[in-house]
Amino acid sequence: MKPERNLDNRKYIIGGIAVLIVIIYTIRLFALQIMESKYKDYADSNAFLKKAIYPSRGVIYDRNGKVVVFNRPAYDVMMIPRDVQDLDTLDFCRAVGISVESLRKRISEMKDKRLNPGYSSYTPQTLLKHLTAEDYGRLQEKLYRFPGLYIQKRILREYNYPGAANILGNIREVSPSDIERDSYYSRGDYTGDLGVEKSYETFLRGEKGEEILIRDVNGRIRGHYEDGAHDKKAISGKNITLSIDMELQTYAESLMRNKIGAVVAIEPSTGEILALVTSPTYDPSLLVGRQRGENYKTLRDDPLKPLLDRSIQGAYPPGSTFKPTQGLILLQEGIINENTLFPCSHGYINGRLKVGCHSHGAPLPLKPAIQTSCNAYFCWGFKSMIDRRAKYGNPANAFETWKNYLVEMGYGYRLGIDIPGESRGFIPNSNTYNKVYGENRWSANSIISVSIGQGEILATPLQIANLSATIANRGKYFTPHVVKSVQDTIIDINYTTPHAVSIERRHYETLAEGMRMAVTGGTCRLANLPDIEVCGKTGTAQNPHGRDHSVFMGFAPYHDPKIAICVYVENAGFGATYGVPIGSLLIEKYLTGDIAENRKYIEQNMLNANTIINSGVKKH
Amino acid sequence: MESRNTNQAFFQHVDWICIILYLVLIGIGVASIYASKYDFDNTELLSFAKPSGRQVAWIGLALVIAVVLLLFDGRMYESCAYPIYIIILMALVVTIAIAGDIKGSRSWLVIGPVNLQPAEFGKFATSLALARLFASYNFSLSASRTNYLKALAIILIPVLLIIAQKETGSALAYLALFLVLYREGMSGSVLLAALGAVTIFVIAIKYSDTTFMDMPTGEAIVLMLVMAVMTGMLAIFCKDKKIARNVALWFIGTGLTAWLLHLFDIDLPGTIFFITAISIACIYCFFMGIKTRLNGIYPCVWTAIASVAFLFMVNFVFTEVLQEHHQKRICVLLGLEEDLLGTGYNVNQAKIAIGSGGLSGKGFLNGTQTKLDYVPEQHTDFIYCTIGEEQGFLGSVAVLIIFLLLILRVIHIAERQPSVFGRVYGYCVASFFILHLTINIGMVIGLCPVIGIPLPFVSYGGSSLWGFTILLFILLSIDASRRSHPAYF
Repeated sequence: MKPERNLDNRKYIIGGIAVLIVIIYTIRLFALQIMESKYKDYADSNAFLKKAIYPSRGVIYDRNGKVVVFNRPAYDVMMIPRDVQDLDTLDFCRAVGISVESLRKRISEMKDKRLNPGYSSYTPQTLLKHLTAEDYGRLQEKLYRFPGLYIQKRILREYNYPGAANILGNIREVSPSDIERDSYYSRGDYTGDLGVEKSYETFLRGEKGEEILIRDVNGRIRGHYEDGAHDKKAISGKNITLSIDMELQTYAESLMRNKIGAVVAIEPSTGEILALVTSPTYDPSLLVGRQRGENYKTLRDDPLKPLLDRSIQGAYPPGSTFKPTQGLILLQEGIINENTLFPCSHGYINGRLKVGCHSHGAPLPLKPAIQTSCNAYFCWGFKSMIDRRAKYGNPANAFETWKNYLVEMGYGYRLGIDIPGESRGFIPNSNTYNKVYGENRWSANSIISVSIGQGEILATPLQIANLSATIANRGKYFTPHVVKSVQDTIIDINYTTPHAVSIERRHYETLAEGMRMAVTGGTCRLANLPDIEVCGKTGTAQNPHGRDHSVFMGFAPYHDPKIAICVYVENAGFGATYGVPIGSLLIEKYLTGDIAENRKYIEQNMLNANTIINSGVKKH
Repeated sequence: MESRNTNQAFFQHVDWICIILYLVLIGIGVASIYASKYDFDNTELLSFAKPSGRQVAWIGLALVIAVVLLLFDGRMYESCAYPIYIIILMALVVTIAIAGDIKGSRSWLVIGPVNLQPAEFGKFATSLALARLFASYNFSLSASRTNYLKALAIILIPVLLIIAQKETGSALAYLALFLVLYREGMSGSVLLAALGAVTIFVIAIKYSDTTFMDMPTGEAIVLMLVMAVMTGMLAIFCKDKKIARNVALWFIGTGLTAWLLHLFDIDLPGTIFFITAISIACIYCFFMGIKTRLNGIYPCVWTAIASVAFLFMVNFVFTEVLQEHHQKRICVLLGLEEDLLGTGYNVNQAKIAIGSGGLSGKGFLNGTQTKLDYVPEQHTDFIYCTIGEEQGFLGSVAVLIIFLLLILRVIHIAERQPSVFGRVYGYCVASFFILHLTINIGMVIGLCPVIGIPLPFVSYGGSSLWGFTILLFILLSIDASRRSHPAYF
């Protein structure tokens, strides 16, 4: 070989190698830094710990400004499994006061993808919920020893009254479907469940804040990212004032103890609900904190169904409380006038059909018929309307007209109360009967029981109370609602716009007078208070479940109504036995603030009475 | 001698371009170290409690060393080369004997407050010795085998001593000197063979988990490549083109046959098929070599045989010779294993840090990954991450280009030396820079396995800074006095 000759060119090769490597590396850098965006996300999830700051939830007041629901801080221990290093379980368990076994169990539950579908070792997981303030204090001191763990402050609810659970609702941890539905939520958040907590969730919850913390490789927090420039403050939830009078509510709940049923009291001039009672009910504080799950299960499995809000979800036959609607329709349609007489021979007898009635003078006009709750009168009235082919052509048309009035009065559809779960009750239409009997093959007699609030007719206590409020207002009503005002917010116009029923005011006056007569000298005499002019109507609703339901519907005072009420007690017999006394006690209590001495015995009787035993529900 | 005059002339003759590039790099280094260890509470640059503060001190000393080296007459190094080499070798031996164990390595000498790593100083000593060897009268690599052995001995003695210190990475850096041997006459085929070996290794390991014709896909690919290369080499090196054509036809024919049989569900065992095909081709070539007396045939045949032999050694080398953590690093690099919390963690975090930098970076001191310790060794071997994260693509490429300029400048300086000593030494410097740049940045961006060697002038560390400073400034000193070299006139 001849060495030196061509070796000089090798400098280009060596230089070329250097150039080539730099070019390759430049391309690689281009790919990493410019073409690929995932590294930026990785870097952020590495370095930034986004911590939610929970706002305080809106406080709930009653109509008199008393605090009903307020907040209590609770502390959850959160764990980012990836960041945990040699957890000293013994030390940790001592700090929070649990056994090592239960911690192990909890960790394995947390890591079980079936129980905890959102598990990831990179994201915060809830290790322990709702630490007490003392445990929190003890753990906080030692927390630096447990990398990967931190404490998340939460807001739990606390209740000043043991009642109104059906109105208030409660809060629970969000479910995966909640998160899917509303991107506001993330795992571990709380959301309202039932009651106003649910329906006013967006007002009550406020707005979560977020702090972006810088976290080093050992999970140590090194401060706020850019001194907190990107942090977001939490905005507190809005306070809510209920229309409920907690004193009345509590009193009503105590009167309804050991009874199954509901009480609804409405301020007629506004549609504000003063009391919304379902019985049996439960203490809302049962559904707070660590015991929530267990308590919820007990309530759910209770055969008396305390979770069912009978005041808005119970669909009952309205019985005789339905009769005022009939009077109104018949008057408006011109089928009768105030003086029209119908016979009653211990009932309505037409051919082989007989609807029983009790003893009273007959024949009689409308007001006494209301006063004495005469079945025959309303059966005859109904028959005259439905079978009046000259006016309506056929029974089906007549029935549709009849039904439309009822719908206007708030029956058959949800009234639109501002808490979830309302039932619509049931008002049949002509198709319902066409299906049963065939078209044009039915007449008033086929369906005569609807005229006295039996048969297919179902109504919620709320709808019955609403009828009472409508009569009190002489023909209009406001959609009943439980929230009077929301802080800094104008409440939904639906609750402040009156609904007028297309029945003349004078007919309402007639019915009101009839109801006044029922109190002064009819079925509701127990409600005849010396200082207050109460109007009322009883109901004794037959039902397939046993003894008749005892119903009362009324309002007071007669000329300037402040309260309209419905009391519905299941399987308690005559309306006069339970409905009237309870209703009158509530009216008296609300309007005078107290119960007169000579009526205390009624109060005692009602407080002590137990009608659950008649319901046929066996409680184990 | 006319020392005053020389001193004056001398600063005129110093290569200022190199010095400026050097200063820029150490400046980038301090800034990056400061950024990588930036403490939110202690923002002082010069605190000696912090790496950046200490690095400033090391730089001060390095500059003193640099000036002193420039003051020496460049011709002195040639005569002192062997003594320096021997002193450093002794230091390496002593280190093995007395050094304590720091993270599994026995390479640190503790002298008072300072920890020194003699391996970093071995680089200039070995370069001096190698340059001195080539500067011997009438020395030529190709002249005799003994010359090769002498050169190899000078390179490999420090390598072995450093391996004995369990600093495999630093030892590997000395392989850079093969580039110098290449420049001085070693056949380029050695470099090509090395490249070929790496290629075979990578392909065989990377595609070892699937099979093709009953053998690992990687091996099948390598064997097909061998067929192609053999045919190609025959076509280039052998004057008788018929031989290349026949071999090509043979390979294509057997391949097609195997494929046809495969269509009829008869699968030949891959190993036997390939070995038979290549063996018959080799025997044919040998036969033709003897018959036609064309020497060009043999290298082609030997290449094929050596490649096949190497291929079947790969598995053995991989599982038996390499240690487990080496195997893991290679697997991670080739994407065969993820292991993000173990071996792959460093590289993955490094990629995240660099990748998150984007075009122009997050800005000085605004990097999160490096500052929050996600990237390990962020101020030493992984310092480039900080640059990538905070200065982005533009800054990263700028650093690459500064290095490239320095390397090309060093090559230029080497080439302009009148003496063999100066030229060989210059190439040693360039080779070390090339290798460190390639491996250090390559590992950070995931193109090389993780081998812990520093980025010259930028990584934190006194030993490495001083070692590279001495390495470079000896060259600048030699260069500054090149005009007084006898061969210059």
